[in-house]
Amino acid sequence: MVDVPLGPGGVVAPTDIDDVELYHPHSWVTKYVFAQDAKVIAIQYALVALSVGLIALVLSWLMRLQLGFPGVFAFIDANAYYQFITMHGMMMVVYVLTALFLGGFGNYLIPLMVGARDMVFPYVNMLSFWVYLLAVLVLVASFFAPGGPTGAGWTLYPPQAILSGTPGGQEWGIILMLASLMIFIIGFTMGGLNYVVTVLQARARGMTLMRMPLTVWGIFTASFMALLAFPALFVGAVMMLFDRIFGTSFFMPAIVEMGQPLDRSGGSPLLFQHLFWFFGHPEVYIVALPAFGIVSDLISTHARRNIFGYRMMVWALLAIGALSFVVWAHHMYVSGMNPYFGFFFATTTLIIAIPTAIKVYNWILTLWRGNIHLNVPMLFALAFIVTFVNGGLTGLFLGNVVVDVPLSDTMFVVAHFHMVMGVAPILVIFGAIYHWYPKVTGRMLNDTLGKIHFWVTFLGAYLIFFPMHYLGLMGIPRRYHDIADMSFVPQSAHTLNAFITIVALFVGAIQMIFVFNLFWSLRHGRPSGGNPWRATTLEWQTPETPPPHGNWGKEVPVVYRWAYDYSVPGADQDFLPQNQPGTARTAAGPAHG
Amino acid sequence: MVDHALTGVATSAESSGLKSVAADFSSDRKAFRNVSWGKAMMWIFLLSDTFVFSCFLISYMTARMSTTVPWPNPSEVFALTIAGKSLPLILIAIMTFVLISSSGTMAMAVNFGYRRDRRKTAILMLLTALLGATFVGMQAFEWTKLIHEGVRPWGNPWGAAQFGSSFFMITGFHGTHVSIGVIFLLIIARKVWRGDYDSQARGFFTSRKGNYESVEIMGLYWHFVDLVWVFIFAFFYLW
Repeated sequence: MVDVPLGPGGVVAPTDIDDVELYHPHSWVTKYVFAQDAKVIAIQYALVALSVGLIALVLSWLMRLQLGFPGVFAFIDANAYYQFITMHGMMMVVYVLTALFLGGFGNYLIPLMVGARDMVFPYVNMLSFWVYLLAVLVLVASFFAPGGPTGAGWTLYPPQAILSGTPGGQEWGIILMLASLMIFIIGFTMGGLNYVVTVLQARARGMTLMRMPLTVWGIFTASFMALLAFPALFVGAVMMLFDRIFGTSFFMPAIVEMGQPLDRSGGSPLLFQHLFWFFGHPEVYIVALPAFGIVSDLISTHARRNIFGYRMMVWALLAIGALSFVVWAHHMYVSGMNPYFGFFFATTTLIIAIPTAIKVYNWILTLWRGNIHLNVPMLFALAFIVTFVNGGLTGLFLGNVVVDVPLSDTMFVVAHFHMVMGVAPILVIFGAIYHWYPKVTGRMLNDTLGKIHFWVTFLGAYLIFFPMHYLGLMGIPRRYHDIADMSFVPQSAHTLNAFITIVALFVGAIQMIFVFNLFWSLRHGRPSGGNPWRATTLEWQTPETPPPHGNWGKEVPVVYRWAYDYSVPGADQDFLPQNQPGTARTAAGPAHG
Repeated sequence: MVDHALTGVATSAESSGLKSVAADFSSDRKAFRNVSWGKAMMWIFLLSDTFVFSCFLISYMTARMSTTVPWPNPSEVFALTIAGKSLPLILIAIMTFVLISSSGTMAMAVNFGYRRDRRKTAILMLLTALLGATFVGMQAFEWTKLIHEGVRPWGNPWGAAQFGSSFFMITGFHGTHVSIGVIFLLIIARKVWRGDYDSQARGFFTSRKGNYESVEIMGLYWHFVDLVWVFIFAFFYLW
C-alpha cells in the first residue's frame, strides 16, 4: 500500500490506495485449503455447491418415487416427503444456485474478466467460503438431528413451520434450517461486498463499466441485489427463531394446536410472507441475472458475433434488478391482500416482461446470421433461451391475479418455476462449466460425453416439466404427499406422474456422465491451450493457463476495446482481444468505445 | 491523462455537475474516484445493514399495529423515579445524549487521524469507545429493570406481548452493533497508538499494511450505528 503523503494544510486527503500488493501463500495449506486466491475459493465454492446439488438431486428422486408410485415405497411417509420437498427446494435455490453463480463463477470470473489480480479483500473472501461451508454443514446436520430436517416447505411459512404437526417444527429441524440460513447470509455478505467492490473499484486500465463483459454485469447486479434482499430473510429468520425458541408471537396469531389453544396471540403470519418474498423474488433474479450475463457471452463467442444491443442489455439487467424489488407480493395473491395491492403487483410483474423480452430479442438478433458453432457450451446456451422463454410465458399466466388464483398451489406453479429458475439456470451452469473448464484446468471436457449429457438433460427436462403444466391445469395440487385416492384425479394423471418419475430417474442418473467427465478430463482431456474458443474477454488472455496466483504475471492488462469484437471487417483474425491495441469498431460498439 | 486517451471519456476534472458524475461512472478502473476499496466496502455494507434495520423496524411497526391488545405506553414503561419524581424516558434521553456525543468524539478522532496526531486520535477513539460502552451499560441496566418488572420476550404485565419481543430483539441487535463497534474501536485505537499506520506494520490476519483511513472507515460504521439509534428512539420510544 502506498504511503499517503500529507497534503496542503498538513492534512492527508482521503487519497486513493493505488496498488495493494498480493498476499503470497507459503504452504500447501494456505494455497489450497485456507486459500485467499479468488480462483481457488471459486473452485471450493463450486465443489461444495455441486455436492449439495447431488444431495438435492437424490431428494428429488425420492419425491418423484412417491408421486409416481404412491404407496410402493413405505419409507417415504408424509413426513419424509415434506422433508424431502423442503430440503430439495432450499438447497437448490440458496445453497446451490446462489452459491454457484456468485461464489463460484463470481469468484473465478470477476477478477479475471475485469483485469484485477484478485478480489479486493482476499481474506474476507476466504472467510466467506468457510462460513458458507459451515452453513452447509448445519443444514446437512439437520438430516441427522432428532426429528429430522424441517418439512415446512422451502417457504417456511409460519405458523405451521414451528408447530408440532410439521416435521421438525417442534424439534431441531426448523432451528437448524433458520440458523443455517443466517450463517449463509453472513457468509454471503462477506463475499458479496468483495464482488461488488471489485467490479466498481478494481478494474484494469481502460476497462470502463460499459466495456465489461455481460457476465460481469450479471454477477455484479445479482450480488448487489443479494446484499439488499438477504437482509429481509435474515430478519425473518431471526424473528421466527425467537418465535420458536423464546415463545414470542411475531408470526403467531391466536391458534389452536391439537385441540389445545396455544399461549400465543396477536402475531401476523402475513408479515413473514412479506419478509420472505421481499427476499424471495429478488432471489429469483439473483439466480437469473448471472445466467443472463453468462449466456450473452456464450452466444456471442460461439456465434462469432458481437452481442446485439450491448447497452440495452446492460440497462435491461439493471431494470430487471430494480423492478424485482417491487413485485414480491405476486407470490401472495391467495394469501389475503387488499385487492389494490394485487393490482399494483400484477402491473409491476408484467412490466418486468419488457426488459426481459429485450434481452431475449437481443440474444436472438445476436444469433441472426451469426457463424454459429454448435459447441457444447453453445448448445446449452441455446437450450437456455428456449427454456427461459417457455418459463417466462407461464410467468405471464401466474403474474395475473385472476389467472393465478385457480392455478395457485397446483403443479402448474411447479412447472413454471422449475422451467424458469430451475432448469434454465442449471443449463447455463452446465454450459458455463463446459466453456470455462479449459481455463480452470488447461484441458477440454470430452465433447461426445458433453453432447450426450446435453441432449439427455435438455430433452429430459422438457419431458419432466412440460407435462406438469397439464397436471396443473387439471388441478393436481402441489405439495400433496398422496393423490391416489382423490376422486377428481383422472387415471391419465397417474400415468403421467409415473412417466415423469421414470424420466426423472433416468435424467438424474445421466448427470453422472457429467461428473465422470469432470474428473476424467482433468487428466485425459485434450490440452486446450490458453484460448480454445478464440474469445475476446480478458480471462482468455492470461499468460499462463490455468492462471497462477495473481493472474497476470508481471503486467496487468490494459483494455482498449469492448468485449465483443468478433468478426471485425478487415481484422486479420475473427476476434480482437480486449487488450489488443488499435482502433475499436465504433459502429457496432458503444459510440466511443 | 492516459486514461482519457484509452477510453475516450472525459475525466471528472474536465466537466462539472451531473456530467462529472457521469464521467466518474464511465471512467476506467474506478467508478468512485478518490474512494478507496475499504471505504467503498463499508458504504455498501452499511447500505445492506440499513435494509436489516429497516426490516426490523418495519416488522416491529407492523406487529404494533396488528396486535389485538393495547400496546404499553413507552413513556410510562421507560420512566425512572428520581428524587421522588417520575421522569419519562429520562434514561433513554441520557443514553441518546451519550451516543450522539460519541459521534462527536469520533469525528474529531478522524480529523486528528488525517493530521497524523497519534496521541489525540487514540485518546479520542478510546473516549468514543468509553461512551459506547457506557451506552451498552445503560442498556443493560434498562434490560435488567424491565426484566425485574416482569417483561419477557413472550409477555409483559401491561399489554401486547410483542412489546417485549420487539424491544429485546431490536435493542439487542443494535446493542450488538455498538458492542462490536467498541471492540473494533479498541483494536484500531491500539494500532494508532502503537504507530502501526506509520510504520507500515502488517495486519495479523490479512497481512496487509494499514492506513489512517481505517479511522475514518471505523467512523462511518460508528456514525451509522448512532443514526440507527435515532430511528429506534423515534419509532420505538417516542411513538
